This record gives sequence, C-alpha cells and structure tokens, in this order.
Amino acid sequence: MTELENINPNVYKKCEDRKLTKDDEDEDVADPFDEREIFDLIRNINDPEHPLTLEELHVLEQSLITVDNAKNTVHILFTPTIPHCSMATLIGLSIRVKLLRALPPRFKVSVEINPGTHASEHAVNKQLTDKERVAAALENTHLMEVINQCIGTPLK
Amino acid sequence: MGKLELLQTLTGHVGRVWSAAWHPTGTMFASCGEDKTVRVWVQADGGDRYTAQAVLTDGQSRTIRDVAWSYCGHYLASASFDTTVAIWDRKSGEFECNATLEGHDNEVKSVTWSRSGSLLATCSRDKSVWIWEIHHAPDQEDEYECVAVLNGHTQDVKKVCWHPHDDLLASASYDNTIRLYKQDPVDNEWEMLEPLESHTSTVWSIVFDATGQRLASCSEDKTVKLWQRYGPDNTLGIPCPEQSAVWKCVCTLSGYHTRSVYDIDWCKRTGLLATACGDDMLRVFREASDSDPNEPTFELVASVEAHTQDVNKVVWHPHTPGVLLTTSDDGEIKLWQFSEAD
Repeated sequence: MTELENINPNVYKKCEDRKLTKDDEDEDVADPFDEREIFDLIRNINDPEHPLTLEELHVLEQSLITVDNAKNTVHILFTPTIPHCSMATLIGLSIRVKLLRALPPRFKVSVEINPGTHASEHAVNKQLTDKERVAAALENTHLMEVINQCIGTPLK
Repeated sequence: MGKLELLQTLTGHVGRVWSAAWHPTGTMFASCGEDKTVRVWVQADGGDRYTAQAVLTDGQSRTIRDVAWSYCGHYLASASFDTTVAIWDRKSGEFECNATLEGHDNEVKSVTWSRSGSLLATCSRDKSVWIWEIHHAPDQEDEYECVAVLNGHTQDVKKVCWHPHDDLLASASYDNTIRLYKQDPVDNEWEMLEPLESHTSTVWSIVFDATGQRLASCSEDKTVKLWQRYGPDNTLGIPCPEQSAVWKCVCTLSGYHTRSVYDIDWCKRTGLLATACGDDMLRVFREASDSDPNEPTFELVASVEAHTQDVNKVVWHPHTPGVLLTTSDDGEIKLWQFSEAD
C-alpha cells in the first residue's frame, strides 16, 4: 500500500440520527426532499484512504447542501481534507454516483469543491460537471469498483 | 412569438440518447446512445410519422456518442467511447458494419463527413482531431486512410464539423476554444488556423450557416456565440495574415439559457438557430430583420420544455422548413414543428 496522503486527518463526531415524526408515517403527507435527507444519503460514503466516513472527516456538512425540490436541483459543496488532495475528483464522483442511483432522475445534481479549499478547485469542478466525462468514467470497470467500495456500507 | 408543436415521441433506446442525424433525403434518421446501439427510423408509407426500421448492435462495445450520414446517403458512421468509429452501409441490403476505424487513444466524441464525401473527421478525449481519406472502389472494400492527426487542442475535443461546401474543418473543445483546419495547397498538408477564443468554458458544439461565412457555437458557459469570417478583402480593415481569413466573434446570446448548452443547429433553409440545453428546454432564435451583419442581433422566437431531462441534440430537417428533432437523457427522441406567429 502506498503512503497515505493525509496521515492524520481531523476526525469529527457523527450527527444524531434523524428523529421520526408522526408525519413520517402518514402516507398522505407530501414529503419533499430536503437538505437533511440528501445529507443522510451521502454522509456514510467512505473516504478512499481512511476507514472513516465523509461526515467524520468533515468533507461533507449538511450546511453546505442546498436543495430546491420544486426546481429539481441539488447542490453540494464538499471540503477536501487537504488543499492538494489527489482524491478530490474521486470523492466528488462517488457523491455524484450515490445521488444518481438514489434520487429520481428529475434532479439536476451539481457537486463542487467548497470555494477556497483546494488548489485545483476549478479543474476538479469542471471535470465533475462534465456529464459526458462522468458517463465515460462510469463505464470504466476499475474505477467503478473503487467507487462502489466508497459508497458501499461502512467497513465496520 | 412562434410556437413549437410536438409531432411525435419515439422510444426504444434504453437510457440516455446522445445524438441523432437525418439522412440527406429526410425520409429517415439514425439515433444512438448509452445502450451501445444505433437505431434507424424511417417514414412510414405516405405518412409523416417515423417508425423503427433497424437496430444496429454489436458494432461497438461502449456508449455510442455520435452518428453521421455521408452526403450520398449510402454510409452511416458511428463514434463510440470504445475508441472506434464504425462505418455502416447497406450494400448487402441490410445495414452492416463494413469498416472500423481505429487509432484514437481514448473515447471518440464526434464524427463528420465532408461535403465532397471523400473525407471524414473524428475527434476524441485524447485531445486530437483525425482526418481520414476515403477510397471507394466499386466491387471492392472501401478503404479509410488517416491523412492527418491534428494536436492543436490542449484538452478533450467534443465536436467536429465540416464547412458546408469547402474542405474546411472546425473543432470545439473542453479547452474553451474552437479551431479551424485547412489543407495547404502547396504541400497538401493539413494546417491549423489561430484558435477562436471567447467562451469561458467547454465548447460543446459548433455549426456553420448555409453560406459557410458564419459559425455558431454553444458552451457550458450558458452562452451561444456567432462568429463571422473576414477575408483579406474585408471593408472593415480587419487585418488578415498571409491572405487567409480570420474569424471574429460578432454576437453573444447570453441570459437565455439557465444551464449548459449541449447542442446547436443552424437551419440551412430558414436561417433559424435551435439550441439543446441542460435545463430541458428547446429554444429557437431568429435573426432580427434590421440586423447588421457585423453586429447581428438574434431574438428568441420560441421555447418549450422539450424533455424531462437534459436535451443533448437538436437537428433541423434537411428539407422541410421548421421540422426538427431532439434527443434527451430521458431516453426519448421527439419531433417538433416550429411555426411563426400569425
């Protein structure tokens, strides 16, 4: 195994599970997608390097997610653990793939780096936005194995 | 305002439909997509509705990104993420893949035939544009010879498009620029002209107008730009190097598209511009009647929420004014009729 890029990342506490309310069990109540629901879908994605989730590394935070259920848009900002993280594209791609599979196709998902937190922020964002390149990446079996490992259930 | 009326919705592809191309007669068209197939749709007898005629499979092993008919109508080329371009013909009566062009290092993004029919161009994620010469011989196999590998772009090349009459090629790239290529009459080598710079993100598509004096481009930066050719004899005093032409951006359409503009087509019959956008909309623009050719103005004359997901491709019918088709991530192909307001 190659040397870890970021040997000692800061680790943060996970947030509490979402409390169920009465309305959650009422089939007649419309339940639009909100920030918390999107966060729950992606917070347990594994970091490619560490046996930790993107939430525990503060790569993802609920406050950096914007959802407009009516306009079908989901916007996610993620914060790489270090400004030269070479895994940034892979992490962003894992978030995209997870949401692609979990959300109805009407949603337009954009995944970008939290401004000012990565040296190649613009290049990484451009690649993650290019749906043609994302489509080609998803046909790459080796890459998909890595991504599936990241978005699979936590290794605990 | 004009209106866009839905004529027909065609389903059959599984997953995203990337591209489509009208046969030069306008009586059929081909489409391609994520499901690795090319589908050929023909006009049912006497009617104006199209039905599936053939599904071409087993030609390519990954997504088919683009399709193009030769002007003679006998050949269909398909460009795939599997790095190849397949050439289909109907010499045996059925569509068959009778040639496979290999050489690109990475996904092939676009393919286009020259007006003369003797040249084919392809472009790829590998940053290069290739020009192929075609040698058709009766009763023998057709041969395709690569005559130029052009490495002007610094990134992924998205689209190639031939001039409507001349052997002038244009390409659009992830590096935000458009490039033009022509043959040097002295040594027959293909050379690159100066890049066309103005877009601030990926240029997804380009198209010439009927005269070939103008070019339209569309981009990830949500704008459409129009470029005008100025030759050495231009009256505006625009300097032209070595007796060749320069292309200047003379108009930017901004504020109309809310997301990436994935495709653009310039109708050779009516002069109308149509765009395919990541906001699911199909839009039609018309040049204003008092438009100055050196500072043209275009107006939005119709728009419609064409699909439930991104629109990837828009193509005007080659003969019937106002008829166009769109393809989308939602797996559907739609035929539309544009008509002017009364």
